Amino acid sequence: MEFGIDECREMMLRVADGIIANADFLTEADKMGDADHGTGMQNGFTNLKKKISDREFDDLASLFTQCGNGIMMSAGGASGAIFGTFFKSGGSVLKDKKLLESEGFTAFLEEGLAGVMKRGGAKPGDKTMIDALHPAVLAAKENIDKPLPELIGIAYRAARKGSDATKDMVASSGRMKTLGERSKGHPDPGSITMYLILKYMSENN
Amino acid sequence: MIEGLILSYDGRIRKVPDVNGIVSTSIRDGKVALLVGGGSGHEPIYHGLVGENMADAAAIGNIFASPNPEIVYETAKAADRGMGVLFVYGNYAGDNMNFDIAAEMLEDDGISIKTVRINDDVATDEPEHRRGIAGLIFAVKIAGAACSEAFSLEDAFRVTKKAVENIRSMGVAVQAGTMLNTGEPTFVLGDNEIEIGMGLHGEPGVDRTELKSSDEIVTDMTERIISDLSLSSGDETALLINDLGSVTNMELLIASRKVSMILQEKGIKKIYSNIGKYSTTMDMKGFSISLFKLDPELKKYFFKMARCLAFDFCAGE
Repeated sequence: MEFGIDECREMMLRVADGIIANADFLTEADKMGDADHGTGMQNGFTNLKKKISDREFDDLASLFTQCGNGIMMSAGGASGAIFGTFFKSGGSVLKDKKLLESEGFTAFLEEGLAGVMKRGGAKPGDKTMIDALHPAVLAAKENIDKPLPELIGIAYRAARKGSDATKDMVASSGRMKTLGERSKGHPDPGSITMYLILKYMSENN
Repeated sequence: MIEGLILSYDGRIRKVPDVNGIVSTSIRDGKVALLVGGGSGHEPIYHGLVGENMADAAAIGNIFASPNPEIVYETAKAADRGMGVLFVYGNYAGDNMNFDIAAEMLEDDGISIKTVRINDDVATDEPEHRRGIAGLIFAVKIAGAACSEAFSLEDAFRVTKKAVENIRSMGVAVQAGTMLNTGEPTFVLGDNEIEIGMGLHGEPGVDRTELKSSDEIVTDMTERIISDLSLSSGDETALLINDLGSVTNMELLIASRKVSMILQEKGIKKIYSNIGKYSTTMDMKGFSISLFKLDPELKKYFFKMARCLAFDFCAGE
């Protein structure tokens, strides 16, 4: 099963609405840092909606690039740079493609992960959004033969599990990294946003 | 806030169109440009540091959030005079990434960029993870003087990097600053507790202990700074006791007194001393101590006249 460009755009608008609706929750989740994650994501995804709402896109790459730009140029902070990079890097593998299927979606996640790791310098285990995205990539690759709607759901659940596991990690990146042991017991806010993105993507169908 | 700034500067600065950035109206051609920036909520920085022999431009982020790459890019372009732009900002993940993205965009446009990240906070062990706190004032002072005289971007970069490597700071708070978007304090301390090494954005610090006398706290912090900086007898140093938001000058003077006494005991020559609000976190009840080890070259730039919204600095020792 495949999604066309318009379907992907509608999906991203629903993702944006979902993240915006969770702004307060994300602010609360960031209270061990500097509590700007919720506001940043709200700004970023609001701008994303503006960037993609009334536009036509020639391919999926340009749609996701605009999603990335929308977040990056408005959210500010580390999250803006990271989530902006995720969509831009991920989107780059979809150049000239007008249909999204399981292989394309898996490649999108994988390249998005690579871009984020290069930009931020973090790796799995550092207690960042990577700890939700990396399991999602692995799960997608293992299930690449499944139809796209099912695959996105699998990726979401893997990301959710990864995010929950960050609770017991010690932060080594971002605002919380200087807290050492005191950062335990709180999941990483970026990892929450990561699984929420996949959750709302999976609710498209 | 930006409108208030423009009006307060009486024509010395203007806003960069379409983004939250400000730039000096009198940057001469052929000057190495200096761009500073970061999140708001730390009055008077960074926007207050734009001025003569200080920063040429400032990229302004939302409260406690780094400015996005577009703000940095447009503001740097507005300041560039053909000799490239030196970026000076605090070592924070968000700032690092957003300024780097903008630097890549500018380099693509043929504008040379060099970056110095301020990481003066000794509360963390590894230098690459250290945060930029109040010592940034010294760093930008040197960067501003160096950029005004530098014959190349590389030259200005070298001096500024050396300055940052010779600045160390540490902070302490009895009450957190308020997060503007929630109205809540960023962390809660008991009546008898203090937080040492907390971040400039109100992030919880690295140690929470019970309240002691000012002299005890100051001695502990100063010893750590002196040791980390390898300050020894015969060295010359500048001192800054910075109010993090809502401390009285009286309390800052009490802290300054103790630091001065310790320096004197150790034969370290204090050639400059100041107290005040230079790098705050909203209304945090705390202060930080910064020491800057000076050599002849750094001293020359340190005592150069400078003028910006945050302060006027007269030349001379």
